[in-house]
Amino acid sequence: MSFSAPAIDYAALSPVIALTVGVCVVLLSAVFKPVRRTAPFLSFLTLGATAGLLIWNWNDPTTLVSGALRLDDLAISISLIAIAAAAFAVLLSIREPAAEQAGSGEYHALLLGSVLGMVLLAQAQNLVSFFVAIETLSIPLYILCATDMLRERSLESGLKYLIVGSLGSATLLYGMAFLYGGSGSTDFLGISAGIGHTGLLGDPLILVGIGLVAVGLAFKTSIAPFHQWTPDVYEGAPTPITAFMAVATKAAAFAVFVRFFDVALIGEAGDWQPALAVLAAISIVIGNVGALGQNSLKRLLGYSGVAQAGYILGGLVVASEAGVNALVFYLAGYLFMNLAAFSVIVARERETAFGDDIRAVHGLGAERPLLAWPLTISMLALAGLPATVGFIGKLYLIEALVEGDYTWLAVFIAVGTMISLAYYLRVVAAMWMRPGGETAPDAAPAIAGASPEADPIDPEAGRRPYLVAPALLAAAGAVFFGIVPQPLVDFAQHAGSALI
Amino acid sequence: MINSLLWTPLVFGLIGLFLPKRFAGWWATAGAAVTLGIAISLLAGFDPGATGLQDSVDVNWIPGLGVDYSLGIDGLNVFLVLLTALVWLGGTAFAAFREQERPHLFFLMMLVGETATLGAFIAQDLLLFVLFFDLMLVPFYFLFGAWGTDRVDGPTASAATLKMIVYTLIGSLLMLVGAIATAIIAADGGQITFSIAELAKHPVGDGSQQWIFWFFAAAFLVKMPAFLLHGWMPDAYRAAPLPVLAVFSGVLAKVGAYGFLRVVLPLFPDATVQFQEVVLVIALASILYGSVMAFTQTNIRLIGGYSSVAQLGFITAGIFALRADGGDGAILQMVNHGLVVAPLFIIVAILVERSGSEDLREMGGMAMRAPVLAALFLIVTLATLAMPGSANFIGEFYILNGLFQAKIVFAFVAISGVAMSAYYALRLYQRTMHNRKRDSLVSREIGWRDGAVLVPLVLCIIGLALYPQLILERTDRSVSETVAAVGGPSAEPPKSHGRVIAASSLGCTHRAPCRVTWEAPPKSHQSKVAARQ
Repeated sequence: MSFSAPAIDYAALSPVIALTVGVCVVLLSAVFKPVRRTAPFLSFLTLGATAGLLIWNWNDPTTLVSGALRLDDLAISISLIAIAAAAFAVLLSIREPAAEQAGSGEYHALLLGSVLGMVLLAQAQNLVSFFVAIETLSIPLYILCATDMLRERSLESGLKYLIVGSLGSATLLYGMAFLYGGSGSTDFLGISAGIGHTGLLGDPLILVGIGLVAVGLAFKTSIAPFHQWTPDVYEGAPTPITAFMAVATKAAAFAVFVRFFDVALIGEAGDWQPALAVLAAISIVIGNVGALGQNSLKRLLGYSGVAQAGYILGGLVVASEAGVNALVFYLAGYLFMNLAAFSVIVARERETAFGDDIRAVHGLGAERPLLAWPLTISMLALAGLPATVGFIGKLYLIEALVEGDYTWLAVFIAVGTMISLAYYLRVVAAMWMRPGGETAPDAAPAIAGASPEADPIDPEAGRRPYLVAPALLAAAGAVFFGIVPQPLVDFAQHAGSALI
Repeated sequence: MINSLLWTPLVFGLIGLFLPKRFAGWWATAGAAVTLGIAISLLAGFDPGATGLQDSVDVNWIPGLGVDYSLGIDGLNVFLVLLTALVWLGGTAFAAFREQERPHLFFLMMLVGETATLGAFIAQDLLLFVLFFDLMLVPFYFLFGAWGTDRVDGPTASAATLKMIVYTLIGSLLMLVGAIATAIIAADGGQITFSIAELAKHPVGDGSQQWIFWFFAAAFLVKMPAFLLHGWMPDAYRAAPLPVLAVFSGVLAKVGAYGFLRVVLPLFPDATVQFQEVVLVIALASILYGSVMAFTQTNIRLIGGYSSVAQLGFITAGIFALRADGGDGAILQMVNHGLVVAPLFIIVAILVERSGSEDLREMGGMAMRAPVLAALFLIVTLATLAMPGSANFIGEFYILNGLFQAKIVFAFVAISGVAMSAYYALRLYQRTMHNRKRDSLVSREIGWRDGAVLVPLVLCIIGLALYPQLILERTDRSVSETVAAVGGPSAEPPKSHGRVIAASSLGCTHRAPCRVTWEAPPKSHQSKVAARQ
């Protein structure tokens, strides 16, 4: 009796393996050597190794685990975005109270675990791997949101995210069951073939399934009207985690969004396009209007994220290669724009008693130009002003939309952008056009820690290189790719052409 | 050459960040002066007889999206470039003579603004044009918001600026969608290009033209601003720091009018003809509304602001006469208006410094001790009201001439604007310079520094009055080509004999537009000024 083991493509699985090893090592490192800097260092090492292995697999599409995963350039580019966001989060977490309270090892291991989920999700080409990956991504994040244990808000955020996130997952799973029942397959290609002979509208089972899956994904990508958790969770979670979630979760969830709709359901594009277009339009309106009155910068960015998700969804709506290119380009640009802002918020949170309130950046232009510039660039880029990557991203999206006969959605993006200026520029105005030096009315008393809400203030945080450098780096990226966008365009085109 | 024109201000601005604070203003002035030098040398090398672009650059910028980095000079923009460089030098120098808070940032933003504006004028790629058009807003957002004045009875500077930005970007973002739609529809599945010249060869279909036309028109009409879209103007003008307002009002408003000539007429000819009268109605409404508002306001900034609304209405009307003489007049008038409104706002700044108020009712009697200032102001005033002998008169004459032959009814209404401009310009002059001197007011002569800013600008006004052909000769060819795209004067045969006679009696034929040479009465009003002194 001979037994032949199935061939395992270790090369293509290597990024996942590296990350898994990294998670274990980081977790154990805390046990053996509880030194403050070990875990961040090891996390960097893991992220770097994974990124290297991913780049090694660039331009070499491989199907893995009997079709459950597919490592192509779309998966790789999205994974790289998630890894970059995680690297930023690790930097921003240095001396973050949350990381220290939760235990540095656990905190970083959970972060890496979430990245693992994202890398898997970007490759998922089967309902089962899809669900497993999305849970691997989400569960560590539920915990991470609550790691700032002395702050009520953080606990609330974690709990809220857990409940809403579970609801999203349950919806997703329910939809998957319907899909499996309707098409007889869990594989995306199998689903595509299974639907082929009935059509989307002819089979209520499949229609319900797709609807539920779309809703589940909309939860994860915070597309309105499934966005309600976003501002609360963003506000409560430790800021480095918010930064990571805002960029990486969105990227990974959009990757599977694209793969699901553009691979499994591409044949029925005409049926789902209008529905997604309406979702995108709603998201643009609700996100932009919701952000208008926000005083908390993190809430503001949360709502702005809802609107941006609407723009990005536009890239999927057109169901074309140009659309996917635009989507990946925008996500990559979003990494720079958003992380520049969050780095500054982290610095100001530690430096002032205002937390993430907009008053924390009053007079920042005069006080800390090295922080004010990144935040300014980030806001202008998110608003889509020229000479930033945000402008090119919008250009790309609008080009794809007009080409795909969705000009009305392009007009929605234009109108949404116009509304968004009101709140993005408000932040800019706070930095450059208002005097700083106010003291918080409810400033924590000198004995720090007396109030359970107050984290200790570090008056030098605005000069710490590990906070200033990421801010400057991300802002430089946002400007660089706004002026020389071609490298990023090539990157995105690789991703777009990877889909079969 | 053209690259150095575009990037010199920005490079100077960035280097200026690393200089000590007290040099920032001088350095920026030097940057603006170098830019002016380059602009003059471009004009010197400009061949009025050549067709097409001169001194152009065309490189692939984002091949993946079909966007080119394409710049060029032709008759439409060569003088607007010169105007930009000149007015910017004046505004920057005037600001440099005064103490500015945070001078590094102020002058960086001034120079970024110059690069963006020059870019909008010389861009030959539709998307590059949109990009620079939007980019212009960013520096002015900072300049208005951070160095502007908060009003006690009105919005703060940053709120006023925000309003301006939102208004302007409504149009700009729709224009972005319109630009992309134009390119994609024109490409029809092939390789996308945004080159304006390429797109003009194959205009998009009639139905698409209609909506895209309005997307562009919205952007340009807000920028000017035209009547009904001017809501941002009063607040923004009252908030803006005056040297910045001089360049803003002097140059940026013209980008909108220029956009019609550069983009709308060649790219959307059918829609242009179709909506000609609608735009003319807006233009006339701007003339009437702007004029009436200008002679009822007491805030001297707003008098300047509303008079600009009226003047830009004139320019728009000239363009939408869709005749070469109207277009020639529009370009001449853009330069003229820039040349009068920039010194006007600089004079306003000087007046405000001396009287401590922006209200006309609290001014007067300035001329007593400041004859040079009064003389300079008088020349500016007379040019504003288009006194015969000034280049403004010739510009308005060309515009009205074109309009008469295209749409006679509109021309009659437009003429009333000429009369009204005399009223508001003279009112402004009298109430500030003559009348009884207020006690609160310090009447003193301008110093050599302010003189160094004002005198060259005023000399340009006089020079242009003596020799307007400098502009007309060089713009005519490009303008004729542009209006030829929309059918030009000859496409629509004159409907009545009366109009043909009227036209030919003015010395104009349909192919060769008006060539009436105006011998400027030799320094008539200048001698009047001298006599007054």
